[in-house]
Amino acid sequence: MTLKKNILALRQKKAIVEKGGGDKAIEKQVAMGKMTARDRILALLDANSFHEYDLFVEHEERNFGMDDKVLAGDGVITGTGTIYGAPICIYAQDFTVMGGSLGLKHARKITKIMDHALRMKVPCIGINDSGGARIQEGIGALAGYGEIFYRNTMASGVIPQISVILGPCAGGAVYSPALTDFVFVVENISKMFITGPNVIETVLGEKISQEDLGGARVHAEITGNAHFYALSEMECFEQIKELVSLVPHSNQQKATRVEPKEPNSKKNIENIIPSDPKQPYDVREVILALTDDSKFLEVHELWAANIVIGFGRLNGETIGFVANQPMYLAGVLDCDASDKAARFIRYCDAFNIPIITLEDMPGYLPGVDQEHAGVIRHGAKMLYAYSEATVPKITVILRKAYGGGYIAMNSRHLGADFMLAWPSAEIAVMGPEGAANIIFRKEIMEAEDEDAMRQQKVQEYIEKFANPFVAASKGYIDAVIEPLETRDMLLHALEVSKNKDDYRPAKKHGIPPF
Amino acid sequence: METEKQEYVDFAITARKYKTLLTKKYLNRKPWVNPSAFDIQSIIPGTVLEVFVKEGEIVEEGGPLLILEAMKMQNRIQMPFTARIKKINVEVGSRIPKDSLMIELEEVID
Repeated sequence: MTLKKNILALRQKKAIVEKGGGDKAIEKQVAMGKMTARDRILALLDANSFHEYDLFVEHEERNFGMDDKVLAGDGVITGTGTIYGAPICIYAQDFTVMGGSLGLKHARKITKIMDHALRMKVPCIGINDSGGARIQEGIGALAGYGEIFYRNTMASGVIPQISVILGPCAGGAVYSPALTDFVFVVENISKMFITGPNVIETVLGEKISQEDLGGARVHAEITGNAHFYALSEMECFEQIKELVSLVPHSNQQKATRVEPKEPNSKKNIENIIPSDPKQPYDVREVILALTDDSKFLEVHELWAANIVIGFGRLNGETIGFVANQPMYLAGVLDCDASDKAARFIRYCDAFNIPIITLEDMPGYLPGVDQEHAGVIRHGAKMLYAYSEATVPKITVILRKAYGGGYIAMNSRHLGADFMLAWPSAEIAVMGPEGAANIIFRKEIMEAEDEDAMRQQKVQEYIEKFANPFVAASKGYIDAVIEPLETRDMLLHALEVSKNKDDYRPAKKHGIPPF
Repeated sequence: METEKQEYVDFAITARKYKTLLTKKYLNRKPWVNPSAFDIQSIIPGTVLEVFVKEGEIVEEGGPLLILEAMKMQNRIQMPFTARIKKINVEVGSRIPKDSLMIELEEVID
């Protein structure tokens, strides 16, 4: 009889805390177009799989009238659950409880679930919706942030860490997402900045809205802080589930293999690339013609669109793709593109995902802004990332491979395991026009008709050097293949490199140019 | 991806032009201009607290021009070399962004 009474009391106690900030606050949250923290977790995880930890944790602050304030769960919900049957750790900040503000206990709930994720070797997903540090707790809140950042860094490269920005995420709070592997944002809901519009206006007189300063689109397209952009929370959850199903759940595991499927892309791979190297096309069509079931999950779709990165499967196994995108900025490498590709390459290497590089780029983007933005330093990240990676590295040169870009895009010289080229490949120190102008300067200047001579020399250069055979004759290219043979060749290359073992000198860690 | 209707444009990399789309970031980049030694520009956004000089005045190298408060720090802006104040584009209380032209100088011709 007594036990029954206790059970009833527990249920009552749970029901109260599970309400978070109460009906009024929930109403406000919904009016802002946002789901509640609990609904978010339930929508993301497999049905009935969520198990909550630390529901009854309470804050210990005694100053500024906090002693008589009860904050349900201290403003954050933590626990474990499954996505497509695979266990994950999760936390969601509850904006209905004192604005989701972060106090010490709130942070300790988060660090506890992070420690758990790292020990159990399962992915950790954090849903951010918080006004920032709980000012009443003073330095306790700062300590909390610091302890989270430290764990983000410790877990980096061991388990996948995913941040979902579903509300404000301002000040120090932004650095946890920035340290994690993938950041998801949703239009009109996500807001991220170090200093908000109010501070910027008071201090500097610059007027800007939250949306224009650090809205979802800004971070997806301009800053590159966000990797995935969605128009609704539900779309965002679908993206997260797809990503979680594609990546290995720790650096000691492989991604779940699925039944291989032939590509079903409607485009014939031979007809995607225009033969004129000056004409654009969408390189994602080449990727879709190669991957299982023609599926590809693009990362950083909107930012630095001149390079495409993302995950697809070959023979059921997850592969990371890096591809120049001639549709944007002619597919040049620049600061952002190098940054974007380099981090992705390191992600793939950390989690044992083979990398396939599709190359068609005219070189680095010329310009004062690029040079002054440090394209040397940023460009070097890519050389570093490819050279350092020990996963199977396969390159297919589709068309242009000129100059420094040829070296950077996983060339043989940086340790590519397989170098393949289509017959349309042009591997040269620079574009034919530029090269002819330099090599034949004298002949061109001395000719009666300079233009005719230039044309003739450019043509000569194209015939002699704008092809894959010079590189193939030196063994820098392993095979020149027909586009239709590409998928089979890639499957074979992956098969051959299954037990790849690559030597690296012992070191504590390298010093990449970041 | 939602692709707004965009036109392929000619885009020159070295001696060759490629047909391609431009990114928003590329379109919004600031063209570089060679800064003139006679332009006193703000190196940080802030508020002008005090202006010590008048237009037409000749100021010695190192002389104080104005105080620009930024990030709670009062920055004393000094004359880079002896010259005449041609034009003052700010006044006390002006809140200015980075790289704004605060004072224009001109050579002193004896």
